[in-house]
Amino acid sequence: MNELLNTVNTRLNEQFADSIVSAELLYDYPVFTIKHDKIHEVLTFLKNDEALNFHFLTDLTGMQTPDEKHLGVIYHLHNMPKNNRIRLKTFMPIEKPEVHTATDLWPAANWMERETYDFFGIKFKGHPNLKRILNMDEMDIFPLRKEYPLEDQERTDKDNSMFGR
Amino acid sequence: MKEKIDINQTVTEEKEYSTLNLGPTHPATHGIFQNVLKMDGEIIHEATPTIGYIHRAFEKLAERRPYAQITPITDRLNYCSSPINNMGWYMTVEKLLGAKIPKRAEYHRVIIMELSRIADHIICNSVIGVDTGAMTGFLYIFQWREKIYEIFEEICGARLTTNIGRIGGFDQEWNKKTWDLINTFLEEYPKGLTEFSNLLERNKIFMDRTINCGPITAEMALSYSFTGPNLRAAGIDYDVRVMNPYSSYEDFDFQIPVGKSGDTYDRFMVRQEEMWQSLSIIKQAIKKMPDGPMHADLPDFFMPPKEQVYNNMEALIYHFKIVMGETDVPKGEVYHCVEGGNGELGFYLISDGGRTPFRLHFRRPCFIYYQAYPEMVKGIMLSDAILTMSSMNVIAGELDA
Repeated sequence: MNELLNTVNTRLNEQFADSIVSAELLYDYPVFTIKHDKIHEVLTFLKNDEALNFHFLTDLTGMQTPDEKHLGVIYHLHNMPKNNRIRLKTFMPIEKPEVHTATDLWPAANWMERETYDFFGIKFKGHPNLKRILNMDEMDIFPLRKEYPLEDQERTDKDNSMFGR
Repeated sequence: MKEKIDINQTVTEEKEYSTLNLGPTHPATHGIFQNVLKMDGEIIHEATPTIGYIHRAFEKLAERRPYAQITPITDRLNYCSSPINNMGWYMTVEKLLGAKIPKRAEYHRVIIMELSRIADHIICNSVIGVDTGAMTGFLYIFQWREKIYEIFEEICGARLTTNIGRIGGFDQEWNKKTWDLINTFLEEYPKGLTEFSNLLERNKIFMDRTINCGPITAEMALSYSFTGPNLRAAGIDYDVRVMNPYSSYEDFDFQIPVGKSGDTYDRFMVRQEEMWQSLSIIKQAIKKMPDGPMHADLPDFFMPPKEQVYNNMEALIYHFKIVMGETDVPKGEVYHCVEGGNGELGFYLISDGGRTPFRLHFRRPCFIYYQAYPEMVKGIMLSDAILTMSSMNVIAGELDA
């Protein structure tokens, strides 16, 4: 795994030295954090490069950072012939959550990006049909953001501090 | 007859299309799916799927639940093979904890997962038969699914939403009746499966109906991130069990069946062969079954026996911590994938060190490959579209999370 991390890191550094925020090994996955304005170029490079050949988009999802000031998009890429898997992350400020779409590289990104938009409100520039997918169209919040707690916060019959919550 | 019809030739600008709502509750779609079809006679010109009818906010729910209490959520993803989802979730947490699972527990897991794979494929393949009008195979082979559910019932008490096992292994040894049921199943199921194969596999009507119905090329399947039997039917030999072996799958000898054209018949045949391979894996696992404990040394996740709870201080503490869900896990983020009934089922878990996950994402295979459906049914007949959908094994619970 360390070998894969070094190989990909070297190749990425040749082209996108300024855009790589971090490269680390988390459990069995090499993880790269990329600046959000360069993510599309990096994905294109990783997909089309013959040696790296990350041709398969395993997963695309979103997250919010614990400080609640940034939103992130997480890509899981897979090179099936060599069985190499990597994870890419990119973060953007919550006031302007915009990132380039990956639908032109993988049609599979279409619904995954719609789902990410649906739950986090991340706008994918250039997406052909960016609207809600699992929630109803009239919804005006992005429910997986941390500012929307799961339980009704106006309940008075329950003292959360008693349960360590 | 099954050739795709060139839309540009048959349709001119002045042509008027009729709109047809297929679903959300249509008996032939086997679940809550809506497709707004733009029809040119009986030929589909355009399909627009609407999903989310049974969305239950699993990812949000999981952010408030302790790790052991997330297992019942995973049951309800692909409810045709829920033990695979349970095991996949346990393995994700174990990866995060860095736990070492005893071989005996892993072999038991393999048996459970392969049994549920057979149950999943029984449902999908027999329903393909029903959609072509062949009810008999469905009626006969469904009794074997019932036998598998009896085995699950004996192990964990539940049949469909199993919540089977624990983080770290199993709660107890399986009893004698379970093993009797498994052995009877292994002896008798080949007869049932052969009977089902004889009814459909070389049946002229069935072959005419399914060959070249809803095909997909390997390139398109890869670009749409197909996994599981659907990808293998298109000719790519990708199977998580072989590529990234988990739970001791590397100890077993089995083949990956692949198709060629990715049509309904190939998908059907790949599943048929996978059932034989699953049977062989179960037999190998029973034969090679090692001795040892059934649970890893993870007291934080293993309920102590009741008599110890009453008589032993540590056991009482652990009992309380598990019931209240007050166990902290290490910080970290992991992705773990297993070969589910219909593709690569992945769990992406971010933990901030607390009692609940910070973020949990399910990579649900059918959510990802169902988006290729409009492209697959473009230009084919309505009845073939129904068949294509049932052969893709789209499960509403998993689609909508």
